[in-house]
Amino acid sequence: MNLIVTVFKQLIGLFVEDGTLAILLIVWVGIAALALPRVPIDSSWDAVILFAGCVAILVENVVRAGRRE
Amino acid sequence: MANWTHVGPAVIAAFLASLLDSVEALTTVLAVGTVRGWRPAFIGTGAAMLVLALLVAILGPALGLVPISVLQVTIGMLLLLFGMRWLREAILRSAGVIAAQDEAAVFAKATTLLGREKQGVVATWDTAAIATTFEAVMLEGLEVVFVVIAIGSVGNTLIPATIGAAVACVLVMIVGFALYRPLARVPANLLKFTVGVLVSAFAIFWLCEGLGFSWPGKDAAILGIIAILIAVAVGATRLVRSSASRPPAREGSQT
Repeated sequence: MNLIVTVFKQLIGLFVEDGTLAILLIVWVGIAALALPRVPIDSSWDAVILFAGCVAILVENVVRAGRRE
Repeated sequence: MANWTHVGPAVIAAFLASLLDSVEALTTVLAVGTVRGWRPAFIGTGAAMLVLALLVAILGPALGLVPISVLQVTIGMLLLLFGMRWLREAILRSAGVIAAQDEAAVFAKATTLLGREKQGVVATWDTAAIATTFEAVMLEGLEVVFVVIAIGSVGNTLIPATIGAAVACVLVMIVGFALYRPLARVPANLLKFTVGVLVSAFAIFWLCEGLGFSWPGKDAAILGIIAILIAVAVGATRLVRSSASRPPAREGSQT
């Protein structure tokens, strides 16, 4: 049982170090996937907007971490 | 026909991820070999490498059976979390917010600990030493396997990515055993930064493709994403460095 828990923790650790970053990225991708096709803008901007959101989340996270540490 | 805008970055990402994780695994293997003997060190390493190779051989082709749009979204999301985690860590290390990993210090600590545990070990089958190397190689190797399988299966570059990762691993083993000490001078944070950028770029590109969002410039957009991510990460490093109140944790941190 301990081995399974350890392996599970290691697997989660591959993707999540800072919970806020992971949650915000998942939420943003979810919102973008649902909302962007419905927003009345040129569809060629959808990918760019999703990308910009991910970058903004990363920058906000590292700046906040820098101030906190 | 190979799409070199994908194959090139995929091979580089797998090579660099493998290089970094092999250096970290080598530190433990050398510590175990030096203190507890080379037999358990090689048994543990060999067993872990076998499991990792099996994972690639089984999961890689199996993922090829999943519809590409499903793969692009699910693997893209996982790659995004993985890549951004590495990029975040690299930025914070470069900015001096978190300390850089010192392989020499890790080696010294591991040898001390293993030497202490050795007292009282009389069995010929040193299970603790085998387990230590197995765990270290598995933990570091899992990251490489994930990058190889994820990038390889979605981008149809499994073989080039596997070769890239294997070459890096062999290279580190040769240099490590020739020098007979941990590779403390490898620019680990620069490697982490580069892999973080490449993996995040693939992730965002594939996520959008899977969601049906088209990229300006089609496949060539991935090169633009890489360039923008580098610029943003370098800018974020400077921003964090200037906003953080403390001085850098260690001289020589790279971006």
